[in-house]
Parts: sequence; structure tokens; C-alpha cells
Amino acid sequence: MGRYVIRRLLQMIPVFIGTTFLIFYMVYALGDPVNAMFAGKAVDPAVAAQIRHQLWLDRPLWEQYLHYMGNIFQGNFGTAYNGEEVTTLMGTAFPNTLKLTTVAFSIECVLGILLGVFSGLKRGRFVDTLVLILTLLVISIPVFVIGLVAQYFIAVKWHIVDPSVAYGSPWQDLILPGAVLASVSLAYVARLTRTSVAENVRADYVRTAVAKGLPRRRVVTNHLLRNSLIPVVTFLGTDLGALMGGALVTERIFNIQGVGYYLYQGILQQNSPTVVGFVTILVIVYLVANLLVDLLYAVLDPRIRYA
Amino acid sequence: MPDQNTDPADDPMGTEVHSAFATPTPNLASMESEQLVEREQLEPEDPEDKDNLEDRDDRQRERARSLWQDAWRDLRGNWIFWVSSLVIVFLVIVAIWPGLFTSTSPLACNLSNSLQGSSSAHPFGTDNQGCDIYSRTLHGARASITVGFFATIGSVLVGAVLGGLAGFFGGWWDAILSRITDIFFGIPLLLGAMVFLTAIDSHSVWIVVAFLVILGWPQIARIARGSVITAKQQDYVTAARALGAGNSRLMLRHILPNAVAPIIVVGTIALGSYISLEATLSFLGVGLAPPTVSWGIDLSNAVQVFRNAPGTLFYPAAALSITVLAFIMLGDAVREALDPKLR
Amino acid sequence: MSTASSARMTTADTTEAPLLQVRDLHVEFRTREGVAKAVNGVNYSVSAGETLAILGESGSGKSVSSQAVMGILDSPPGFITGGEILFKGRDLLTVGREDRRKIRGAQMAMVFQDALSALNPVLTVGYQLGEMFRTHKGTSRKDAKTKAVELMERVGIPGARERVNQYPHQFSGGMRQRVMIAMALALEPDLIIADEPTTALDVTVQAQVMELLADLQREYNMGLILITHDLGVVADVADKIAVMYAGRIVETAPVHELYARPAHPYTKGLLESIPRLDQKGRDLFAIKGLPPNLVRIPAGCAFNPRCPMAQEICRAEVPPLFAVTEADGAELAGRGSACHFWKETLHG
Repeated sequence: MGRYVIRRLLQMIPVFIGTTFLIFYMVYALGDPVNAMFAGKAVDPAVAAQIRHQLWLDRPLWEQYLHYMGNIFQGNFGTAYNGEEVTTLMGTAFPNTLKLTTVAFSIECVLGILLGVFSGLKRGRFVDTLVLILTLLVISIPVFVIGLVAQYFIAVKWHIVDPSVAYGSPWQDLILPGAVLASVSLAYVARLTRTSVAENVRADYVRTAVAKGLPRRRVVTNHLLRNSLIPVVTFLGTDLGALMGGALVTERIFNIQGVGYYLYQGILQQNSPTVVGFVTILVIVYLVANLLVDLLYAVLDPRIRYA
Repeated sequence: MPDQNTDPADDPMGTEVHSAFATPTPNLASMESEQLVEREQLEPEDPEDKDNLEDRDDRQRERARSLWQDAWRDLRGNWIFWVSSLVIVFLVIVAIWPGLFTSTSPLACNLSNSLQGSSSAHPFGTDNQGCDIYSRTLHGARASITVGFFATIGSVLVGAVLGGLAGFFGGWWDAILSRITDIFFGIPLLLGAMVFLTAIDSHSVWIVVAFLVILGWPQIARIARGSVITAKQQDYVTAARALGAGNSRLMLRHILPNAVAPIIVVGTIALGSYISLEATLSFLGVGLAPPTVSWGIDLSNAVQVFRNAPGTLFYPAAALSITVLAFIMLGDAVREALDPKLR
Repeated sequence: MSTASSARMTTADTTEAPLLQVRDLHVEFRTREGVAKAVNGVNYSVSAGETLAILGESGSGKSVSSQAVMGILDSPPGFITGGEILFKGRDLLTVGREDRRKIRGAQMAMVFQDALSALNPVLTVGYQLGEMFRTHKGTSRKDAKTKAVELMERVGIPGARERVNQYPHQFSGGMRQRVMIAMALALEPDLIIADEPTTALDVTVQAQVMELLADLQREYNMGLILITHDLGVVADVADKIAVMYAGRIVETAPVHELYARPAHPYTKGLLESIPRLDQKGRDLFAIKGLPPNLVRIPAGCAFNPRCPMAQEICRAEVPPLFAVTEADGAELAGRGSACHFWKETLHG
């Protein structure tokens, strides 16, 4: 197990470098930040050159990258061009997004797995068909349409909740946005769980468990689910990325001042430090989440652990 | 993964020695020996076995054929397959010849007509620009379906080839390709879209397709890698290998037909989600842009006005959802037909 | 139909009531292609300390009938459509689900063919063994593990104390099968059903595992049903044999008598198709044709299309299990043959 963890950690390094460099490269292809700073007004070439030099913009891209990463590891994410520390922006943005994602992820896990197990065990029955049809519908409608319609009916028309999330994102305000954000992933989790359960339900080891005279509940939880959930756990890990991306959309609809909001502002203003900083953090979160999922995977499946 | 076929002895030491060979850790010695072992198994053993091989090959082909024949027999009796296929055929026709169904131009807009309800001139009403929603919905099919089709074809080609090779050859190939997949996987799709698509001025269909392929292939690659590894471990592949089948033969005749099923399924479903993604990108303001006509553009235009004119949101959303649904259901039907375990 | 002969069969055991008595069992599978009649009126009995071998090709209904006895038939598509399964005098088919579950594992246990897939890959061997004690006896987790180690030692797994925490894939085939046997043995059941317990193993290991099973059975005086397609496995350990074909028992006999003097053409064919050293150089005998499709079992005797002795009557009438006697009418205990021409087969 120790070796496995070390191997996974080592594997993370090139991935981290590759991903952040890719983002760095894309952002710096955005355009000339100096021009953006002066909003396209004519700039004294000497001043521009000086600013470029200060911002390391006159160096090759890889040097800029190394410089930037070096700063990041000292906790210095740089300053947005409007003078605000990027870390300050992050302090405002990330808690909101984190809360939203947590709500969505919890809904996705609990509801998705429950629905999937239920319909997998009742394969071919009415419940199963119903779950299949509903999940299909959810998957086929774009999230933002679901979000807008849900917001319109639940918040605007029926006044069950507020249409936009209050400052500081209190948990109860995040239930509707969280559900919207979770909707598509939830549908996938339910379908994946269903397939996996339905496949494993006829497995030899399940038959053995029945032949051992184990109570049905134990057969299902300890034997069937233990195995069926392995692919689901993997999916949940990779799906965190989709949730973080989807948060951009949900935040826009429900007016949450989270990562999506600041990122969008940063992109509009061609504010590279903000964009790269935010995206780097997101990538780290994503990579760590994936690492955790892999470790969990190894805990769940000994064939991986001892491979 | 430990190779079950060669589990050498009863003692625990046996498994430990064995697992050292199977570990793709960055341990140079073990990796090299592993590759050696694998290469030895992969090389064609004896050219004299040719006859035997052909024989075996025919049978193998039969097996593959009967898998597809079985699947076809299954599909023929499945109404979901027929309904979704018909819908898709219809959509493709609309995408190619939208003029067959409407003579109104989607760009002939009259601001004085904006946000009207349904009338004989505008069966679905008009949007806030005064454009005919019916015509725009029909014409929007082209962009959405083009994006969906080509993004899928691109990412399936790239993903299946790279993932398949990684799964088949293992070792260094696998390690490197897996890390590259991870790098692209590390960028959440919508996040990458925001950054990447704002960087590029052009908002043509092909830019969106290119972007979806670039960030979409790793998903297919992972699936392809997994299913090739699974197929590789099947007994009949071991058998074919023992009979001296070469690498390309193994891949094309033995592994491909059996590894391709999950890729087709994921591909059809991905197609649906790409169409949906195109709309989301437009909603975020980084996707297609006018004068292109697409459901995504119409949907994002509808955001401001749909509370007063639900039709502006409803019709493009319905068209898009039906399209996505048709592809997902087709994928599902094909999967059920191809997966004998689920029967 | 065959109740008379089954009653006759069991007279040999009437000194004490048999442990398990299967009477006129019918099982069918409702599939897309039609109704497959997997078991069609099977009768057999096993007493404590006795070994019954059920012999047959795949699709003969030998596994299905034992799954029906265990109560682990996949349903749907499988349905028990008739008969009785008397276990210690109780008809299991009328027992409630929860009571039935408590019997499984505790009073009757099963050893499966492929231990690699029959053991749960993600749980340790110790856990899976200990589960028997924990669910049936309420033993604590810790005590269950101790018992698991004892069991593993009992079935001859070296280093049990260390290996109890390992996973099935870390064991060799033979050792895995020993784990399966240990699991079946855990609660010292009265009956063990072993479904092709050695088929997936090397020949040398086969003998060891078979011996272990036979030893344990003697030691605990259990009834053992041994399901196999391998005549060689049976000879040393079984007391009596039931040969199945297309969902029916076609011949029953004490083991050595069956080998010496088969009374059914199918059994005869099976015996003749075993390779023997003294036959070297000659062609191996093979029964012509294929086992019947269970959806369309031939009318009359199901074996008639493949039988060298088939006559008109074989195509018209299903032969009951005739009591088999010597030519002079002397009784042959425990023998029966479902062949219209058993006399000719046995004596001719």
C-alpha cells in the first residue's frame, strides 16, 4: 500500500506540471496584458517595456512559468492588475464554490447511489424503468436550462427559496443551486450504479453469499455493493472536475460570487494572474481529489492494491 | 494486475515475486523485465503455424461476427433502437436540408416583430430579435449536429487509438500515455473552455469541434485502454497469441471487435453530451457566435426573455434535448445488445 | 410414474430416515427461446455419512437440481414447478424464506466449482470464513477470525495465521478450493453439496482435494452430494451414483456395480468413452450426436436419437425407472434403470 501511495504521488508531479503549464500557455495566448491594463489606449513604449520587465513578460514562456510557480509555492499568487492580491480574491471566492460543490457532491453521492442500487436490484420492474427514464431526461437537458427553469418555478413563481444566493452563501440557500449542479452527475451515478449492480447481482460470489445463508441485507451491502461501487467511486472522482466546471454555470444562474464569477471577470479583463491562479488551485484540488479516489479504490479493491 | 494464468505456487512468496513483475512502478529493473516477458509472449512463435493460425482466425472472425449478428438480432426487435434511429435520421435530414421544412430564413428578423406568440406566419412565435423561432430551431440543427458528430469522431479516433495502444502495449507506452491523458483530464472541460475559447477570436463550428476533441479524447482513451486490457486478458486472446498471432492481427481481429463495444456506447453518449456542451458554451458566451445559427445561441439569447416568452427557451431546448436523448438511447440500445451479460 | 421405483430405491436406507430426499422434482427455465425443462421428475436420497454422486453432461440438470435443493436457483428465469425436497423430514419447498436461509450454510452447505469467482474478490478469506460464524452464530469479529484460522488449518492450508488476512487472488487454485471447503464445513452441516469441486484444478491437486472432502465427510458423518461429469473422480469416494440425462435420472446404482455392469445404454456409452490403457491403438468410443435442447426434449426416451438400441417403444413411451434385477429375478439393491431394454443392456 505504501508503495502504491508513493507511486501515485510521483505520478502526480508530471501531471501537475503539464496541466498548469497548459493553462499557463493558454492564458498567455490570451493577448497582451499590458494593452489590457491601459484598456487599449496608446502607451509610451518605454513604460510598456518597463512594466513588461517587472512582470517577467519579456522572458521566454517557460521562464515565466517557473518564476510564477516558484512564487505560488511561496504562497504568492501575484496581484491582479487592479492592484488586489489574487489571494484575497480567492479568500472570497473559494469558500462559496467549495460549499456549493460540497452540497452538490453530497446530493450526487447519496441520491445517485440510492437510486442506482434500488433500480439495479429491481431490474426490469416499474421503479427501474422510471429511474431510467427520469435520469435520461435529466442528462439530455443542458444544465443551464434545468437551472433557469428550476429557478423560475421554485424561486420566482412559487417563492419556495430566494432566486439568488445571499452574500456569504448560507447552506440553505445552496440547496437548490447544489441540486441543479448535481443533477446531471446524479443521473450518471444512478445509471452507472444500476448497471454495475445489475451485472454483479448474478456473479458467482453473490450466489456463494446466498448459499452461505447470509441475510439478504448483508448479501447486498457487504458483497454486492462492495464490488458494484468500485466503478462508481472512480466515476465520482473524475466527476469532481465536471462539478467544478459546472459550478461556473450554476454560479452564473444563481448569482453566487464564487470561482466562476471571478474567473469570468479575470478572463474578460485579460487578467492573467487571476485566471492562472484560480485555475491552478482548481487543478490542485482536482488532482488531490483524484488521488484520494485512487487510494480509496485501492482500499476497496485489493487486486489493485497488491498489483 | 497479476496474471492469474501463471499463479506459480501455493506459497505466499510466489505471489510476491510474481507481483514484482506485474507492477508498473517506476522501478526500472522490473519494468524492463516486464517488457521482456511481454515482448516474448507477443512475438509470433513459429511461421509454420500459419495454417493453424488461419483456421483459428476464421473461427475467431466467426465469433466476432456472431457477436455483432447477435447484437443485430437483438436490436431489430428493440423499439427504442428504431425510434432513436428514426429521430436521428430525421435530424440529419433537417441538418442537411433545413429548407425542406421551412422557407423562412432564420436570419430574416424584424425587431418590430419581437417576442410574438405563435401565429400562422410564425408557428413557434418569434424571439427578442424578431426572428422566426420555428425556422431558427430547424436551421440550428446543422451547427449542433455538426459539432456533435465531428467532435465525437475526432475524440473517438484519437482516444481509441492512443488508449488502445497504451492498453495493448502496457509498460512505458502506457505510463507515458496515461500521464498525458491525466494532464488533459486535469483540466475540467468547462474551465478549459472558458480559458481556451476566449483566447481565440474565431467562434466557428470547427474551433468548437477542435476544442471538444482536445479536451474530450482522454475520456475515450481511458475507456479504450480499460477495455483493451480486459480483452487482452481473455482466454481466446491468450490462445490466439499462443498460436502465433502477431500484434496487428491480435489487435484487429481479436481485441478490436470485443473492445469496440464500450467505445461505441461511450461515443454515442458523448455525442449527446457534446451537443449539450455546445449550448452551455454559448450560454457562457464562449461558444458559437452569430451569425451562426445554433440551439445554444438561441438558448442563451432566451435567458433574458424566457419568463415572458417561454417559447424562446422551450423550442430550442426541446429540439436539443430530443437530439441528445436520441443519441443516448441509441447508445443504450446498442450497449444492451452488445453486452450479453445484461441480457 | 417413478414413485414406485424411488420408494424401492430408498428401502435400502429405511433403517434410518434419509437425511435428504428429493421427490419428483421439476425445474424449468422460462427463457426468451421458450421453456427449458431442466429437471423433469428427479428422485434421490442421501443419508448421513453417505456419498451420492450425480453424474451427467452439462445441461443434464445435475447442477440445477442441486441449486434447487440449496434454494439458490436464479429465479427468474428458474422456477421449481413441482416435487418435494425433504430435508430431515421437512419439505424445504414449504419452508419460509427466513427459515430457509438459516438452513443454508448451517445445515447444508455448498462447494462451488470455480473458487476464484465464487469467493468475493474484495474481501479477505478470513472475513468470508468468519462471516459464517458471525451471521449464523452471532460470534464476535475477533472470535470469528480465530475460528477462521482453525478452519483453514483443518483443511490443510499452511501458514493459516498469516494467510487469513489475504485475498482470494493471492491463493493458488488448490488452496482456494480448500478455502471453499472450509467455508462449507464451518458450521459442521449435515449435508454438503459439492458442484464439480475439482474440475477447475490440476489433476494432482484434484486427488488431494477429493481426498480432503472424503475424509472430512467421514469424520463429521455428513451426507455428501457430489456433482460431476468425471467418472474417474467418482469411483473412489462415492457410495452410489445417479446418472442424469436431459433432466431425468436414467440410472442409479451402487458405485462399483455401475462400473461393472451398467444397465442403461447411456451409462454404458459414458463408460466406454473413458480412455483406457488396454485399448491403446484402437479408436476411442464416443456417443454419437449431441445432448438434446432442453426446450425441445425428444418424445419418449430423451436418449433415443443417440441410442444404438432404440426401438419404436423408445420414441413413444418415456421409460420409468425400472427396478433392476438379476436374470434369475434376484433383487439388486439400490439399482434402477430408465431404459425399456435394461435387461438386454445388463445381461445381453
